[in-house]
Amino acid sequence: MEWEVVIGLETHTQLRTNTKIFSGASIKYGAEPNTQACEVSIALPGVLPVLNKEAVQCAIKFGLAINAHIAPRSVFARKNYFYPDLPKGYQISQFELPVVGKGAVTIQVPAVGKNSAYEKVVNITRAHLEEDAGKSVHGAVEGMSGIDLNRAGTPLLEIVTEPDMRSAAEAVAYAKKLHELVQWIGICDGNMQEGSFRCDVNVSVRPKGTEKLGTRREIKNLNSFKFMTQAIEYETRWQIETLEDGGTIQQATVLFNPDTGETRSMRSKEEANDYRYFPDPDLLPLVISEADKDAVRATMPELPEAMKARFEAEYALSSYDSNALTTSRDLANYFVATVDAGADAKQSANWVMGILAAKLNAADTSIIDSPINAQQLAQLLRRIGDNTISNNAAKQVFEALWNAEGSVDDIIAAKGLKQESDSGAIEAIIDEVLAANAAMVDEFKAGKEKAFNALVGQAMKASKGKANPAQVNDILKKKLS
Amino acid sequence: MALSIEDIKKVAHLARIEVSESDAAATLTKLTGILGLIEQMQAVDTTGIEPMSHSQDLSQRLRDDIVTKTNLRDEFQKNAPALGNGSTEPAVAGGLYLVPKVIE
Repeated sequence: MEWEVVIGLETHTQLRTNTKIFSGASIKYGAEPNTQACEVSIALPGVLPVLNKEAVQCAIKFGLAINAHIAPRSVFARKNYFYPDLPKGYQISQFELPVVGKGAVTIQVPAVGKNSAYEKVVNITRAHLEEDAGKSVHGAVEGMSGIDLNRAGTPLLEIVTEPDMRSAAEAVAYAKKLHELVQWIGICDGNMQEGSFRCDVNVSVRPKGTEKLGTRREIKNLNSFKFMTQAIEYETRWQIETLEDGGTIQQATVLFNPDTGETRSMRSKEEANDYRYFPDPDLLPLVISEADKDAVRATMPELPEAMKARFEAEYALSSYDSNALTTSRDLANYFVATVDAGADAKQSANWVMGILAAKLNAADTSIIDSPINAQQLAQLLRRIGDNTISNNAAKQVFEALWNAEGSVDDIIAAKGLKQESDSGAIEAIIDEVLAANAAMVDEFKAGKEKAFNALVGQAMKASKGKANPAQVNDILKKKLS
Repeated sequence: MALSIEDIKKVAHLARIEVSESDAAATLTKLTGILGLIEQMQAVDTTGIEPMSHSQDLSQRLRDDIVTKTNLRDEFQKNAPALGNGSTEPAVAGGLYLVPKVIE
């Protein structure tokens, strides 16, 4: 039987605020345990939550970015369960009336094997505001667990998709797109190691061609795209094998073990899903007006989709190039700055995504910290454009710029990289080469095409690599005809 | 809706409240009475009335995103519960609150 995998994602994005969602305690990462755990974070009796305006604005930004319905009135609810890192005995979340309703994200699924790349729309069911829990620390004291409540109350936006994805590749393409988007609009720092962007993946399988969804298992807390691929592929295989062996799938929460590449069921918690949600009487309904939305809209950057379309129209870039350049706002801004400084758009795209990206990657540096700024790169590209230097020489100048050896023109002068474009001088060099290599000339005249390239090589060598190669070609052709 | 003793035990367990067998029967009677009240209220025709999520007709006030809390860890941890075993000292170590071992 042929099987189809059905995948939906729930992503916890940590919002980029200064303080917690319901109190004025800092959420700075890496503080000493419990030094950012105020009376609200540790749930002392009598404290009251007060909603952070910035967290609400982040939610509105996200809603606008995915063209979603933003609820004019949404409600906070208590999700009740007991765990030591949740001192109130409930998490404040949103249940029936979330702040962000239905929306959509367009993803680019890369080519895998013999399947070519394609575009797909993933529908967003909802996104709601909630608070994070604290952390349990094991091993500090024998036989005990330590609780650090610094993270308790950190604002999260949980973004839930429809079960729209049909492969690990689609799920990862969606997660990457969402990761890019939340950073682009500035609501999340995207730091996956620090847990700022964590995905829960719901996986089920069903016979291909059938409608009814299979029983799903939820893979919790994936914080790397590589693990996500491995976990989904393992889980899919496991479910298919279980069903083909005549077994059934029990709804469960599973964890992925990166060391073994396997998923395993967490200790089954009976009645774990009975959260008995009810509206939190400590919080009034959150009201968002049209004016509130307009005010946030005015602060939004141009979105990647719009910028991609503009790159294709304004700079005649391919869909592939435009897409790659709009994966991050810093990258897109760098490209635009290069073009604005007078460089050719297609050439800028090639250099930014090619040589510069490779160099940044090798140095483990981001484009924002690039030792070569957009103006310098543009100057370099202009010197190729006006025939001052060859492409090869440009690569040497690039290296020197990276090492801060001076301006583009100073480096060209210091290294003697200026290209010889004086046709009289080139002609003189070629005459010498022809005279010294009579045998090659004879070979060429006898029909050996390769001899021509050898002569070009000799001429370039004679000019110490400075002759304009296109001119050398032209003049040599004329002389030999 | 009829409640059973099992429902009472389940709800008590979820709320981490210890209810003895004899208390469970008494609780069943009380909770059944409350559900009866709700049933009576549900008989009222509420067509066209917007449901309320709060008894006050106000909306949530928002707080500016400015750090106002200082580190009061030492004060708070003086009040942390003791571990038991005869000790009356607050169960804290290295800034962490200590709890019986959590196995996941």
